[in-house]
Amino acid sequence: MSALRERLRISNLPKPARYSLGALGLVFLFLLPNKWFYEYLGIPLGFAYIPLYTTKNDMASVLFICTWIILLSLGLNVVVGYAGLLDLGFFGFFAVGAYVVALLTSPESKLLTEYNWLESPWPWLVAVPIGIALSLLAGVLLGWPTLRLRGDYLAIVTLGFAEMIRIVAKQQDWILNGDRGIPEVGHPPGSVGGEPLFSFDAKPYYWLALCVIILAVFLIRNLVRSRVGRAWVAIREDEDAAELMGVPTFRFKLWAFAIGAAVGGLSGTLWAGQANFVNSTTFSLENSILVLSAVLLGGAGNIAGAILGGFLVIYIPEWLRSVGDVFGLPETVTVGGSTYDISPTSLRFAIFGIVLIVVMIFRPQGLWPNRRRAAEIQHRKKEVAVGE
Amino acid sequence: MSEQPSLDKPSDAPEPTPSAAPAGDRKPLLEVDNVTLRFGGVVALNQVNFTLYEGEILGLIGPNGAGKTTCFNAMTGVYTPTEGAIRFQGGKISGQQRFKITKMGIARTFQNIRLFPEMTALENIQVGADAHHRTSVPGALLRLPRHRREEKDGLKLAHDLLELVGIGGTEHEAARNLPYGSQRRLEIARALATRPKLLCLDEPAAGFNPAEKQDLMQLIKKIRDTGVTVLLIEHDMRLVMGVTDRIVVLEFGRKIAEGSPAEVAADPKVHAAYLGVPADAA
Ligand SMILES: Nc1ncnc2c1ncn2[C@@H]1O[C@H](COP(=O)(O)OP(=O)(O)O)[C@@H](O)[C@H]1O
Ligand SMILES: [Mg+2]
Repeated sequence: MSALRERLRISNLPKPARYSLGALGLVFLFLLPNKWFYEYLGIPLGFAYIPLYTTKNDMASVLFICTWIILLSLGLNVVVGYAGLLDLGFFGFFAVGAYVVALLTSPESKLLTEYNWLESPWPWLVAVPIGIALSLLAGVLLGWPTLRLRGDYLAIVTLGFAEMIRIVAKQQDWILNGDRGIPEVGHPPGSVGGEPLFSFDAKPYYWLALCVIILAVFLIRNLVRSRVGRAWVAIREDEDAAELMGVPTFRFKLWAFAIGAAVGGLSGTLWAGQANFVNSTTFSLENSILVLSAVLLGGAGNIAGAILGGFLVIYIPEWLRSVGDVFGLPETVTVGGSTYDISPTSLRFAIFGIVLIVVMIFRPQGLWPNRRRAAEIQHRKKEVAVGE
Repeated sequence: MSEQPSLDKPSDAPEPTPSAAPAGDRKPLLEVDNVTLRFGGVVALNQVNFTLYEGEILGLIGPNGAGKTTCFNAMTGVYTPTEGAIRFQGGKISGQQRFKITKMGIARTFQNIRLFPEMTALENIQVGADAHHRTSVPGALLRLPRHRREEKDGLKLAHDLLELVGIGGTEHEAARNLPYGSQRRLEIARALATRPKLLCLDEPAAGFNPAEKQDLMQLIKKIRDTGVTVLLIEHDMRLVMGVTDRIVVLEFGRKIAEGSPAEVAADPKVHAAYLGVPADAA
């Protein structure tokens, strides 16, 4: 059984098989948001919705949310999963990326209307690298003083950072417009038959984000399989020993932090383009926690795990909205004269929370963990048991 | 041949295999100069002085709690001496960052094994080999030629060192799953991968049976013969006698004796410190 499983591991397949499998998988992913794809497969739509398609919510929109959350969890996975640093305010970097794009590309931006720093809105494509660069800079500035310290300082400082951005964005008016936010954020370029390719439809954004994810995975994998990745794992396993073996621990922790921040910022720039409107409400603490739970659910320290986790934390709650349609569940129940709302839509986060708890009890290493990190967690558990 | 005075030799020229030559003829590699180290009220090192010469194997012995490990920690930057200084090849190292000291050429093992437990044997050594690699994030992201060259070199070095310390074939085992003795050897390989001029071994034979100890001593000699100076902490006096060129004895943080194995073995103060060790132990 395990020998068979070993042979079926994708990494053990011959190269052509691996590539064609990969290509097939990609085609599948690109077709995913199309209703006709399900119809073509003969999967019935209409009343008896197929279990995959979300019915209460545009499938393409759900998938686009999945992709930018996946990007976030890929970034956070570098920080938490590989370098072993706890970052509780990862959405702060997302906010930096989103606001940079909004400020530079919106005709309503105060940089244009009040301060005259810009003559006209910049193209989205030009704003994106700036957004990434500034998120990276924010990561470096935040990591520089805190990464020298051990322990929980980093968690607290990052938490404070994200909340600070949110509160500043909410309260003040001089540039970020408070809760009124910044509308008319620029879209990515490109047009098909005279129509702009990117407008409000989420599907092209999903496709774009998919391409970005593939690129990000490729680059992060290069890092993980180099001395940089080895340094991160060494730091995670024994920071003192790593330093005594010549690993510049501070520098590599700072790199992990900065890379995570840059990927988080990139996610923000994508999201801002599609959302078209940026204000502070998106950057709440729950979202930072959501990304962290995506990483832990998927399996920290593994790229595939981060992707799976990012997908599930969005997809499961959204899909739960449609569950009622699939199984024909009642929306309300009446007990002793009073009516209670038991629609899956309103209960979806409670259900998802229970799923999370159950997974974490039975699989603390996550659904698709890195083999090494799973062993670390396993042994930590044993050591705790011995220490009791 | 090492009897000839060789004072104006360039510092990085490979040392010819030395015998127990008179110390005065050789180049000092590391000087522990009047080092005192206090932990609150505990004086772990008390005005300790000794010099390590290039190419020798120096034994550092003393009863439990004498300050041997603390001495290593001071030399590798874990602690900064309260007073005094440690110089390596003439430059002061006390107060330097630890990874920089390693890069300058001091590598160590630990009394309590500190491998990266879930990394494979090979990866553990690769981490050591990376100490001199210059690839950073941009190079690794884009897989630039230098990155690929360094990866290849590091991997080759790791394979070679596994063979050298005698645990070839364990490349892909997680360090945690190796037998105890192999873990100790792996630590030595990892330290050697940083290409040290000075290798500090903290009780590398602890928990070994006599045969394993003999093997280890042969390995230490072999390492010295490749041009690495060795500082060896060992509890077992008899063992140290057979392999070291000179010995420094610590007790309660003070140096109580220094000299050739024969001199140290004859020193009554050493006997007093090692109560129960008969005079003819060596
Ligand atoms: N971090 C520390 N804090 C306080 N005391 C220490 C510390 N490290 C070592 N000591 C003390 O210093 C003395 C020397 O310890 P050590 O160098 O480990 O001895 P040895 O290695 O020779 O057995 C002991 O009394 C020990 O308790
Ligand atoms: Mg000791």
